[in-house]
Amino acid sequence: MASPVALKLTAKDFKSDQEVRWCPGCGDYAILAAVQGFMPELGIPRENIVFVSGIGCSSRFPYYMNTYGVHSIHGRAPAIATGLSASRPDLSVWVVTGDGDALSIGGNHLIHALRRNVNLKILLFNNRIYGLTKGQYSPTSELGKITKSTPAGSADSPFNPISLALGAEATFVARTIDSDRKHLQSVLRAAAAHEGSAFVEIYQNCNIFNDGAFDLIKDADTRDEHLIRLEQGQPITFGRFSVVHPEGSFGLKVQEGGTPIVHDATVDDPAYAFALSRLSGSDLNTTPIGVFRDVQRPSYDEIVRKQLLDAQASVSGTPEEMLNDLLGSGDTWTIL
Amino acid sequence: MAAPAKRVEQLDRVVIRFAGDSGDGMQLTGDRFTSETAQLGNDISTLPNFPAEIRAPAGTLPGVSSFQVHFADYDILTPGDAPNVLVAMNPAALKANLAELPAGADIIVNTDEFTRRNLAKVGYPVSPLEDGTLAGYAVHPVALTSMTVGALADLGISKKDAERAKNMFALGLLSWMYSRPFESTLRFLERKFAKRPELVEANQTAFRAGWNYGETTEAFSVRYEVKPARMRPGTYRNITGNQALSLGLVAAAVRAKLPLFLGAYPITPASDILHELSKHKRFGITTMQAEDEIAAIGAALGASYGGALGVTTTSGPGVALKSETVSLAIALELPLVIVDVQRAGPSTGMPTKTEQADLNLALYGRHGEAPLAVIAPKSPSDCFHAALEAARIALTYRTPVILLSDNYVANGSEPWLLPSVDELPDLAVPFATAPNSPDGRFLPYLRDPETLARPWAVPGTPGLEHRIGGLEKADKTGDISYDPANHEFMVRTRAARIEAIPVPDVDVDDPDENARVLVLGWGSTYGPIGAACRALRQRGLTIAQAHLRHLSPLPRNLGEVLRSYEKVVVPEMNLGQLAHVIRARYLVDAVPFNQISGLPFTAATLENMLEDVVKNG
Repeated sequence: MASPVALKLTAKDFKSDQEVRWCPGCGDYAILAAVQGFMPELGIPRENIVFVSGIGCSSRFPYYMNTYGVHSIHGRAPAIATGLSASRPDLSVWVVTGDGDALSIGGNHLIHALRRNVNLKILLFNNRIYGLTKGQYSPTSELGKITKSTPAGSADSPFNPISLALGAEATFVARTIDSDRKHLQSVLRAAAAHEGSAFVEIYQNCNIFNDGAFDLIKDADTRDEHLIRLEQGQPITFGRFSVVHPEGSFGLKVQEGGTPIVHDATVDDPAYAFALSRLSGSDLNTTPIGVFRDVQRPSYDEIVRKQLLDAQASVSGTPEEMLNDLLGSGDTWTIL
Repeated sequence: MAAPAKRVEQLDRVVIRFAGDSGDGMQLTGDRFTSETAQLGNDISTLPNFPAEIRAPAGTLPGVSSFQVHFADYDILTPGDAPNVLVAMNPAALKANLAELPAGADIIVNTDEFTRRNLAKVGYPVSPLEDGTLAGYAVHPVALTSMTVGALADLGISKKDAERAKNMFALGLLSWMYSRPFESTLRFLERKFAKRPELVEANQTAFRAGWNYGETTEAFSVRYEVKPARMRPGTYRNITGNQALSLGLVAAAVRAKLPLFLGAYPITPASDILHELSKHKRFGITTMQAEDEIAAIGAALGASYGGALGVTTTSGPGVALKSETVSLAIALELPLVIVDVQRAGPSTGMPTKTEQADLNLALYGRHGEAPLAVIAPKSPSDCFHAALEAARIALTYRTPVILLSDNYVANGSEPWLLPSVDELPDLAVPFATAPNSPDGRFLPYLRDPETLARPWAVPGTPGLEHRIGGLEKADKTGDISYDPANHEFMVRTRAARIEAIPVPDVDVDDPDENARVLVLGWGSTYGPIGAACRALRQRGLTIAQAHLRHLSPLPRNLGEVLRSYEKVVVPEMNLGQLAHVIRARYLVDAVPFNQISGLPFTAATLENMLEDVVKNG
């Protein structure tokens, strides 16, 4: 892999010639700038990077990246990216999706990509609302959400995307926030370094249809009491609170004082990361951000590749000769 | 196995149907008989018929599985309308097949299975072997099970294993009756049971016992011979449509020098293609069993975008699910092969029965104006060439292609003259490697003036970074465009580029050159239509036959051909889908003739219908 110095790429090199057309004030701008700013660090030539998206506001993302990109169909980006990644292990493949795209219409593809551990970096922009279709509730909207399609309040409980990804056996699971560029880029960095599926939930503000959804953990005067920063090897504390493992019970809880647990994302048992993910409900009252889980297991791409290479290692002859043998295999007879 | 003197009769053709319980190994028995017959040089056509249930309750009618083989000393086109010989391994097999037997047919029954209990299971109050039901047939009662168990008594295997070898006893007997060479079957058994040598011996012994029984018993006084057919010189193998289609895809990857990526979700009757291709990784073939039909085609399209030959294989319900992604592939203008092995629908329908009712789905089953190429194989071995042709069109014209096979050709088999690999078409693809605009930009939708195909620039190519997607694209640049004139231009261009794909003119078989009636078919009906036309001509009637391989675009000369006949008849295993296309497009009063029974046309059915049209207009 070429070094970033050798490539001399800058954020500007990752800007395409397309005019960015999200609503003014949309959180997507901040994410785009953070991604463009971070890409040069990867040291990967632009032509070896592909962004694949589905449908929704977030999914316009590939048009704005001066890399290869496909804006596909609703919910199917993980499937399309799986075929690309499995057949082209030389590429760095990124999936950009939203809460509706990934968790509603495309829920099946997301969980199966994570289960397979396809070498994809999946960025889920979660604004807890349908933006492109103008303001219906989404699978991450809080119960009772009043929207155009639910004037009496939504009747279905939301997904916790982190819990869902962990339940799907994801090997890398993280959460970050659109407005915290430094944190966002640190999470992207860890995701990029991960071999296999990396799932990153990004809380993203939709200032038109769900403005201020994440203010509790963004505003300077409230965030210290509600936002939990997970840092590898560090005790998990925030404000006057600690995350502790209560004796004689499963899970984790937040309390004042006590001995905080020390964060270790590499714990193999997903129960730990799952317990962390359960600290936050849709009320955001105690919301961890950072890397919940980062473990190693062979990626789908790697296993598929190995099977191909093993099969090809033992062959002799040209492909045409092999084909000739294959066509004539089994019981044959000759007519003179 | 020295032959005592038995009368030998020459036959020109025979149709045998092996029928038994799903667990009796009838498909295997039929396969082996077919292979022996192929070795002898007869022309062959086969038709398996099995239930969708994996193991329906033993001995019941829904559990009956059968395999029909037609062999002759001349070239044949179908597996035969009705069997001359039925091998019935139990009462259910007899009952399920008796109605299709012509008077005088031979019936070989396994009398051991005609117990009161088994008879009751299928509603026979009295054994049909004893009550005169089978008067008019040549019945050969054989205690297949007990003779097999007796022959294997000294081998020290379980009674269950011994009983299971009864199909080989039956095969041995039939191989004797029809003078088949059996060495390949003995070798096959060695391969099949390589890990259990005691079963190799048991099955070989059972086979020999069946053969010897035929030779020594007085119950069979006649042996038959069917001389080799006159076939073109060359090396042959017997092949099913699904096998041929799989090999065609492997050949396409080799000739295109591309990796092949198959995304598939298991579905009857297409799964065998997934099974077959998964064995050929050494050719750079990746098979992915996806989480659903949508993911299967999505992954295939993703692989195409990355520069592979993307393929997805399915049946009708799967095509319905894939529809949205097919439209994306049309918008992205990327190569993709979609194989639809049609079965009887709608919905789950009859998954193991055949139909041609997905033609409308293939031609029109998408949102928006979404044209693509559609082709259909006409016989099992033709699936090889149809797969190559589908890949060629997809790669050359950067379009999805739907290949419409069906259960009849997919599971049927026939001898296949092995092609010379060097003579297969060269499918090498020129990928885009450099900017294509004078200003140094790369224009992903700048078309080749001849093929109207856009450049295929795969990720990893420096300087050609570009973004494509499902949103309407501006001509040349591929940028998002809502411009009305551009949309109209792009819609018309996408249609024109499919229409412009050169396909061979349709051939007309009109040996008398004065036929009034043309029979037009497509896909798997080629065999029965051809056999019906042949029969009519042998009786002095004149009829012309044309058969479509390309359903989109249609051959350029088709309108002219249709208009040169007084009457055009279109037999289809649907309610007239091609006939509608012909009427709408050419204003020709095509007469549909339809059968939607889940079964292929018999030649006799078509012969009767066509005779009526020829004689009475």
